Amino acid sequence: MTLIDVRDLARTFVVRKRSGRLGRTRTEVEAVRDLTFDIDAGEMVGYIGPNGAGKSTTIKMLTGILVPTSGHLRVSGLEPSTQRTDLARRIGVVFGQRTTLWWDLPLRDSFELLQKIYRVDPVRHRRNLQEYVELLDLGDLLDTPVRQLSLGQRMRGDITAALLHDPEILYLDEPTIGLDVVSKGRLREFLRTLNAERGTTLMLTTHDLQDIEALCDRVIVIDHGTAVFDGPLADLHRRGGSRRTLVVDLVDEAPPIEVPGASTRRVEGPRQWLSFPAGASAAPIVSAVAAAYAVADLSIQEPDIEDVIRDIYAGA
Amino acid sequence: MLYAAVAVRSFRRFSTYRTATLAGVFTNSVFGVIYSYAYLALWHQRPDAGGYDATDAVTYVWLGQALLMTIALWGGGTTDDLAERIRTGDVAIDLYRPVGLIGWYLAGDLGRAVYHVLARGVLPTILGLVLFDIALPASPLAGAWFVVSLALAVVTSFAIRFLVACTAFWLLDQSGMRMLSGVLAIFLSGMTLPLVIFPEPLRSIALALPWASYLQTPADIWLGHRHGAGILAGLALQVLWAAVLMAVCRAVLAAATRKVVVQGG
Repeated sequence: MTLIDVRDLARTFVVRKRSGRLGRTRTEVEAVRDLTFDIDAGEMVGYIGPNGAGKSTTIKMLTGILVPTSGHLRVSGLEPSTQRTDLARRIGVVFGQRTTLWWDLPLRDSFELLQKIYRVDPVRHRRNLQEYVELLDLGDLLDTPVRQLSLGQRMRGDITAALLHDPEILYLDEPTIGLDVVSKGRLREFLRTLNAERGTTLMLTTHDLQDIEALCDRVIVIDHGTAVFDGPLADLHRRGGSRRTLVVDLVDEAPPIEVPGASTRRVEGPRQWLSFPAGASAAPIVSAVAAAYAVADLSIQEPDIEDVIRDIYAGA
Repeated sequence: MLYAAVAVRSFRRFSTYRTATLAGVFTNSVFGVIYSYAYLALWHQRPDAGGYDATDAVTYVWLGQALLMTIALWGGGTTDDLAERIRTGDVAIDLYRPVGLIGWYLAGDLGRAVYHVLARGVLPTILGLVLFDIALPASPLAGAWFVVSLALAVVTSFAIRFLVACTAFWLLDQSGMRMLSGVLAIFLSGMTLPLVIFPEPLRSIALALPWASYLQTPADIWLGHRHGAGILAGLALQVLWAAVLMAVCRAVLAAATRKVVVQGG
């Protein structure tokens, strides 16, 4: 079932720049153009792109707080900009850099207000709250004013706040920004569970590609306002022609290693970096190196999705 | 009821700043004493200026000091939160919710006003009573009408402050407009001098403007300068301005959310 339907979506902004002494010139900037994709219920989609690519503009249009200049847009069967209030009851939004909680109020009060805002049935509200408080370990923090929470704690509060009304879609904007490794891991684990158990559709914008690797089966890459890639993560690797790296520490310094199936990219003293296609097996290369050279140590580096995406950005 | 819950939480939020409240009451009281002596000197020269006698004049001073915060004369209140959220782009979060922005902030501001009338209004009034023997409302009914008039004053003031905050959608920051609006309010509400002693035609013009709602109209009901039909006429004008300004708020907000970019990524 298609939940988010985007066809030829465009949004232009008029930017006025000062020119000369009194004059101002108007220029139109296309923040989003020819954007087309659809997302089915239950998908976990990574929406990525460099700064200024149009990610936030897209999310603002999807949630109805920005009116598209042209194109077709339906979310959960509704037209976001004209049916913003109805849509708001069906979606949840989490920002890594902003909070939806009330700064001066204890966490508990924020949750109570949200129950009234979304008119959640009190029984369901209590059940959801209990479940999320337990899953996200918020029990001891309910009476703490939001301003006193750490970033990680506040984030968990924000996630709970976004989910209390059982949204069909959860938009997450840089949800792991600034979190430590443990908190990031726990948050990702929680989102996976949410998607698996409740079937909540997730749309995630992030610069942290580990978020994408850990969560998203599908990636949409946007650049200059339009989608330049849409598909599974594996295809992204393939398209970027990603390669793995074999790092060889030799006993002594040596000229660049020559073995079939790999090429030496870099030599630094006794350490050498050999690159080979991500799809190929490392075993024959490792044995060839070990047979011909005195090897002190070996390690393999997985392809870096960041490099792949950088290539796509550069190519687009 | 959502709006009641918002008002209650806003009341609690403002009540957490106890020291600020005490400092404010002290300041109001000092200004109350200074203004009282200034007004007494003035009314000694012109004993019936604006139809007030000396007791009316001093009572007017203490009412002004007591209501200063409640009517958020030079800005403040929940509309400052709104302006800040527009400036930072956090207003996007308010717009993601299935609740109207105006009702939300008005409810919060009413909760704040109730706190301020209790915490910042009662003590200066008692002090004025003790030090200057100010007049109390002529009858319980006049007292009740005074409360109604004050509620309308808060709504009118809210609408004006909301419009000022909304200028941040276009101007990116409300501070300039807030200052301008504050100066107009101080002068045209009658906080510096009662509107009734303004020379004509300034007097009639000021009395017809929305700022007359802030202090002059409630004070005249308290002092018994309005009674019967006079009270109803005063309240009718207050209702009219409140309704007109709230309608303008709606229109401006609709224009802002359709045309203006919510700031920040």
